[in-house]
Amino acid sequence: MAGMSAMPAAAQGALSTPSILAPASTPAHEIYSLSQFVLVITGTIFAVVGGLLTFVIIKFHARKTDAGHEPAQIYGSTQVELAWTVIPVLTVVVLFLTTARIIFAIQDAPEPQSALNVTVIGHQFWWEFRYPKLGIVTANELHLPTSSNSAPRPAYLQLLSADVDHSFWVPQLGGKTDLIPDHPNQMWIDPEVAGVYLGQCAQFCGIEHAKMLLRVYVDTPQQFEAWASNQEKPAVDDAAVAAGRQVFESEACANCHTITGTSAHGVFGPDLTHLMSRATIAAGAAYNTPANLRSWIEDPNIFKPGALMPAMQLSDQQVDELVAYLTTLH
Amino acid sequence: MADQTFPIPGTLDVSPSRGVGLLEWLRSWVITVDHKRLGLLYIVYALVFLLVAGGEAMAIRIQLAIPHNHFLSPELYNEFFTMHGTTMVFLVGMTLIFGFGNYLVPLMIGARDMAFPRLNAFSFWMSAFGGLLLYFSFIGGFGLYGMGAAPDVTWWAYAPLTERAFSPGHNTDYWALALIVMGFGTLGAAINTLATAFCMRCRGMTLLRMPLFVWLMVVASADTLIVITPLTAAQVMLIIDRYLGGHFFDTQAGGSATVWMHFFWIFGHPEVYVLILPAFGIASEVIPVFSRKAIFGYPAMVAASVGIAFVSLSVWAHHMFTIGMTSVSNAFFALSTMMVGIPTGIKIFNWVATMWGGKIRFATPMLFCTAFLFQFLCAGLTGIMLAAAPWDWQLHNSYFVIAHFHYTLTGSFVFCFFAAIYYWYPKIIGRMLSETLGKWHFWLFFIGFHMTFDTMHFVGILGMPRSIYTYEPDRGWGTLNMIISVGGLVQATAVLILVWNIVDSFRNGRLAGNDPWDAWTLEWSTPSPPPPYNFATDPVVYSRRPLWDLKHPEDPDWKYER
Repeated sequence: MAGMSAMPAAAQGALSTPSILAPASTPAHEIYSLSQFVLVITGTIFAVVGGLLTFVIIKFHARKTDAGHEPAQIYGSTQVELAWTVIPVLTVVVLFLTTARIIFAIQDAPEPQSALNVTVIGHQFWWEFRYPKLGIVTANELHLPTSSNSAPRPAYLQLLSADVDHSFWVPQLGGKTDLIPDHPNQMWIDPEVAGVYLGQCAQFCGIEHAKMLLRVYVDTPQQFEAWASNQEKPAVDDAAVAAGRQVFESEACANCHTITGTSAHGVFGPDLTHLMSRATIAAGAAYNTPANLRSWIEDPNIFKPGALMPAMQLSDQQVDELVAYLTTLH
Repeated sequence: MADQTFPIPGTLDVSPSRGVGLLEWLRSWVITVDHKRLGLLYIVYALVFLLVAGGEAMAIRIQLAIPHNHFLSPELYNEFFTMHGTTMVFLVGMTLIFGFGNYLVPLMIGARDMAFPRLNAFSFWMSAFGGLLLYFSFIGGFGLYGMGAAPDVTWWAYAPLTERAFSPGHNTDYWALALIVMGFGTLGAAINTLATAFCMRCRGMTLLRMPLFVWLMVVASADTLIVITPLTAAQVMLIIDRYLGGHFFDTQAGGSATVWMHFFWIFGHPEVYVLILPAFGIASEVIPVFSRKAIFGYPAMVAASVGIAFVSLSVWAHHMFTIGMTSVSNAFFALSTMMVGIPTGIKIFNWVATMWGGKIRFATPMLFCTAFLFQFLCAGLTGIMLAAAPWDWQLHNSYFVIAHFHYTLTGSFVFCFFAAIYYWYPKIIGRMLSETLGKWHFWLFFIGFHMTFDTMHFVGILGMPRSIYTYEPDRGWGTLNMIISVGGLVQATAVLILVWNIVDSFRNGRLAGNDPWDAWTLEWSTPSPPPPYNFATDPVVYSRRPLWDLKHPEDPDWKYER
């Protein structure tokens, strides 16, 4: 967890339930207040109609005393039926206008100059994050700065997919938007409070859809700058672990993974340049510890049966060297 | 049922000679073109698959009861939830509506059979074959993970996951082909229902005197005709993609993933109404009889049904609020979806008004229909929540949605069809189902249902997405999922009670007689079970409740009906 200690405040507070009732950004707040409005209206309808139904059940159930007589037959009433047609129509008008206002407020919000651009690319079964203006490429753990009214820094996410449909969903930060291969999407979030926000892929994308987990680290602006400047550097080159680097570059690892400053330029798997700055591996399926890294390299099926990374079939010594190398990549 | 034991005088009795051998008996079921026998075949077929898909649901719930469970492998889990959805919609839902439709529509309109008896048999056997084809994949399908792979791409099967690049082997083909085959069967049944209702009504049975169940079968069949077509077209395009090098949905070669979504949901959403409308029909038969009152506002009920069918064709993209449509499209589909609430609201009010002032007997069918009213009310209200597009951005593909549509399909559709089983079993079999077991079935199912699906709303609000085979322990979803799973097992117990009740009452039930519920529609004028060709002489009706008129000659309906 060395990466975590480098940025202590980014991980403040325990990981908690990703509840939509605990919004922490403008879109999430707007959705939350819309939901309360809708809840009040639907709750009222439920109370009225449910109450009516309960009353009818209690009042008009058959009693032993009145057996034999059929009740009065009533075939309908134009006035009453008109009333319970018009009232729902008016309710729908109110609900629709409120809903439409929020749709336009969130979806058509203009992108400010100060926005942070991030390209999110969905893969089976992990997330790639690219910060085009900062030249950063990372995976599975998205870092964003806090945004406030005085210093707005909303994140505008460009959503793409490398293979099948996925969906980006961090409930506390906003609604979900799908990542569709032929249909680039955009969404924005402006996190208010620093902390770790959990989410995961919300559109079935294959066998390991369940373990396509997502973390958003919301940093204070200073922490974010520190994180970004570290990410912009090439990988640590420590001569003590040159053997591990040699394994990485000469074995199949390099076909799929990139480590800047080495000959590894693969693009099918996560960028590992700053692997140790991440708390988890395998899109959140396991914590990023040397022991887990080792197991993952030996057989990814232990954490994620069906993950597209193959078991690497390396000797114990090669794995030792490789893990030693990877754990230097802060 | 094999041969007729209640021939009424003057009935045309064409049943085969008595004392036939087993093989001949079986053959008679295979070659039958009798609407009642085909209806029964549909119903039994649906109930068998209800047990199968229910079993899949139980396996899913055991897997999800605790976090990081290893009861099912990810492959098997994905197959099970795909098959659960596909089976429940196509093999249980569609077959149940056309089963009861087949059995009841001719009886209710005073006809002697469906309009096209052979088409009827063809439709059933196509549907049956489609179901077997789908389930054969468990043995013969070759998928990403070897032999014996059932479809594992979800029941909405979004492209490009279904393309060969991501779904090699044949399990997706089984899914697509089975749906094409069943689609033809369904189209046949829909055409037949429409032709029967429009051309075979007895004298005096004007369109506005048809029982509401028949009306709703008509509306559902018309909707079916419209929406099965795009589904079949999409499956054909998918097969062309997979085998003939087409690129309709192949995004790697310029195809479009969103086109599949439009094709699928222009089918998929109206499909929900196709299922729920006949359930409304059942409620509209059961509630008046057990409240001892005529249905309140019959013309409005018919108009609302037709209205729902029309509106249902313009709401499909509310399944797609998260795919990045324009804000104007999102607003349009939010509005059209909310508008569904108006005709459905009218229906709920009319049912309550029917009960108002009645003398309600809470026999098992009425218990199920009363619970249906509550649950359908809730389903409608959560539907309004999901129609509020921004809120849907949060709730979409979460367990809240699962809860919502199970409130519709279990809490409303299944509850109504359970009511139908208790209500019409005496007519179909000639014996009553046990009322004691019926009450046990109802209360257990009711409690289990609410344990499961009420809780699912909350776990969805807490951020749990659907289609995941496991979840992390730190998410705080563990306890709720345990409650959901226990509720599932309670429902399973209740269904087993129903199965026992059906089997046991077949031999030991109290004899029903023609009209055990003191009901008013034509099917209750025939013996139980009705003889072949139903009516010895064509009935003549003067109102919506012909048997009421006979029972109350001093106060007949035709004097008052609007």
